[in-house]
Amino acid sequence: MMTRIIPFVVVIAVACGGGANAARTLIQNKGSDTLVNVAQAWAEAYGVLRPDVAIAVSGGGSGTGISAMINGTVDIANASRQMRESELEAARTNGNDPVEFVVGYDALAIFLHPDNPVTEMSIDQLAGIYGDGGTIETWSQLGVSVPGCASDEIIRVSRQNNSGTYAYFRASVLGDNDFKLGSRDMHGSKDVVDLVENTPCAIGYSGLAYATEHTSMPCLVSADGGCVAPTVATAIARTYPIARPLFMYTAGQPTGAIREYLDWVLSADGQCIILELGYAPATSAECA
Amino acid sequence: MPTRTTGETSGSSGVALDIDRRDLAWYVDKAVAGLVFVAGISAIIFIIGIFVFITREGIGFLTSAFDFKEFFGSPAWRPTSERKATYGALALIAGTASVTGLAMIVSVPFSLGAAIFIGEFATGKTREALKILVELLAAIPSVVWGFIGLSIMNPLIIETFDVPIGLNILNSGIILGLMAAPIMTTIAEDALKAVPDSYREAAEALGATRWQVTRRVVIPAAKNGLVAAVLLGVGRGFGETMAVLMASGHSVNMPTSVFDSVRALTATIAAELGETAMGSDHYRALFTLGILLFVVTFVINLTADLVVRGIRKR
Repeated sequence: MMTRIIPFVVVIAVACGGGANAARTLIQNKGSDTLVNVAQAWAEAYGVLRPDVAIAVSGGGSGTGISAMINGTVDIANASRQMRESELEAARTNGNDPVEFVVGYDALAIFLHPDNPVTEMSIDQLAGIYGDGGTIETWSQLGVSVPGCASDEIIRVSRQNNSGTYAYFRASVLGDNDFKLGSRDMHGSKDVVDLVENTPCAIGYSGLAYATEHTSMPCLVSADGGCVAPTVATAIARTYPIARPLFMYTAGQPTGAIREYLDWVLSADGQCIILELGYAPATSAECA
Repeated sequence: MPTRTTGETSGSSGVALDIDRRDLAWYVDKAVAGLVFVAGISAIIFIIGIFVFITREGIGFLTSAFDFKEFFGSPAWRPTSERKATYGALALIAGTASVTGLAMIVSVPFSLGAAIFIGEFATGKTREALKILVELLAAIPSVVWGFIGLSIMNPLIIETFDVPIGLNILNSGIILGLMAAPIMTTIAEDALKAVPDSYREAAEALGATRWQVTRRVVIPAAKNGLVAAVLLGVGRGFGETMAVLMASGHSVNMPTSVFDSVRALTATIAAELGETAMGSDHYRALFTLGILLFVVTFVINLTADLVVRGIRKR
C-alpha cells in the first residue's frame, strides 16, 4: 500500500501548493507495448510544457500495466484492450477503482514478408490460420506459393499471452476461441515485425504504427465485400475491421497533476502527437 | 596496549592465563568467528528462504487448480484462455529437455577436450592464455548470447538448412552449449589437476606416451570430477533463461526435430510472470513451474556434489 500512498501524497502537495516551489511530481505510467512510443512522446512533450511534472513511462504489455493497476503500483496504466470484469473486481478489492479513458485508436495490421504475393485476406482465413482447430497450415491452401519459403508451412508469429494485442486479436478475429498451439510468441510489437521481415514463410499481427517498408500489409475483406487497407484514415473512419481503442486507466477519478496530464493528452496538442505517430486520434483534432 | 589478566587474582597456572584472556584480540577473534559463521550458514538460510517463498506462492495452485495429469501430460499451456484456462506443462518440459540435451551434445566433447588439452598437454603461456580465454567466455552476459542467436544464428540456420525459421532447438542448443562450456571446462580441468602427479610419473616411467597416460591413468582417476563437471553444465543449461527465450522461438510445441521451435520452462516464467496479477491462478501456476525447476536443479547439483564426494573418499 505504501507505494500507492506516496505519489498520491505528492500529488496533493503539488495541487495545494500551486506547484511553484513544490518538488517535481512524478507520474508512473506503465503498460501496453502498442502505446509505449506514444506515451513516451506525450511524456516528453509534456515535460517541456510542464517542467515541474516528470512522467516515467515503461512498456511490458497491457497485462503488465493492468497488473500494476490491480496491485496499486502505477498511476496511469496503458492498455490496448479493455480491462476484464475479473480484473476490475480484483482492482476494486485492492481499493483501486479503475477509471477508463480512450486516448486513441489503432489499426491492427497483418504483416507478411515483402516477397509474399498475398495482398488480400479475410477474417475467416486469419481464424483458419491462427485459431485452435483451424485447418489452414500452408500457403498453398491460400492459393499462393511464397518465394523463399520452400517448406510452404505458414509460420505463425504471435504475442505473449498477456499482451493486449494478443487478447484483442483473439476477441476480434478468433471470436474468443483459443490460439492454435505452436505459434512463435514474441515479447513486443516490434519483435513481431522484425521476425516477419526476416522470415519469408511468416505471418504476424501488430499495431499499424510498427509498420516498416520491409513488410507488406494485406488489406482485409470487410463485411460489405470491399477490401480495406490498414491506414490511419481507415482507422479514423472505423471501416478497417480490426481497429481497436487504446486505453489509459487511473485508480479512481484522477485529480491534480494526473488529471491535468490526461486533459492535455486528450486535447488537440496531445491528439496531434498520437496522429503523428501513426495512430488514429480519439477526438477529431485539427492538426497541422 | 591490551592489558592481560595476570595469574595473581586467580592464582592458577599458565594454562588458565590463556583461557582467561579478554583483550582486544580475543574480542576480534570472537567477532570474526561469529561473522564468518553467519556468512557460512547464510547460503543455507537463503536457499531455505527461497524454497519456502516459491512453495508458498505456488502451493495455492498445487492444492486447487493443479491437475497432475494435465500438468505433466498435456502440451496445452493456455493460462489466459477465455474458454478454459489449461496449464499443461508437457511441451515446456520437453522444450527445456530438448534444448538442454542438444546443448550437452554440443558442449561436452568441446569442454572435456579443452579441459584435457589445458590440463594435460598445453604448457606455459598457451595454457595460461587458454585458461583466461575460457573464463572470459563465461563472462559474456546471457542477453548478448541471445542477441547472437536472434540476429546471427537465425538467418544462418535458415540459409544453411533451408528451413522456414532459425529460432529453434538447434539455435538455442548451440548457444546454450557455448554458454555451458566454460563452466564445464573449468571444473573438468580442476578435476584433472586433482589427480596426483605421481600417477603420471609412474605411468611415464613404464613407457606410456602422453595420450596413454591421459587416457588410461588420468581420465579414469578423475572420472567422478568429470561427471560432476558435466552435471553442473546440465544444471547451468537447465536454468538459463534469457538466451533461450530469445533463440528458441518461444513456441508451445512438442518438438519432433531440431528445427522445431520450442519454449523453455524458464523462458515461460520470465515472459509471463511480470504481467500476471499477484495471487491469480496463472501467477501461482508459474510459481509451480518454478518449484519444478528448483527441484530438478537441486537434484542435479546434489548428484554432482555426491559424485565429487565419491572421489574424495577413495
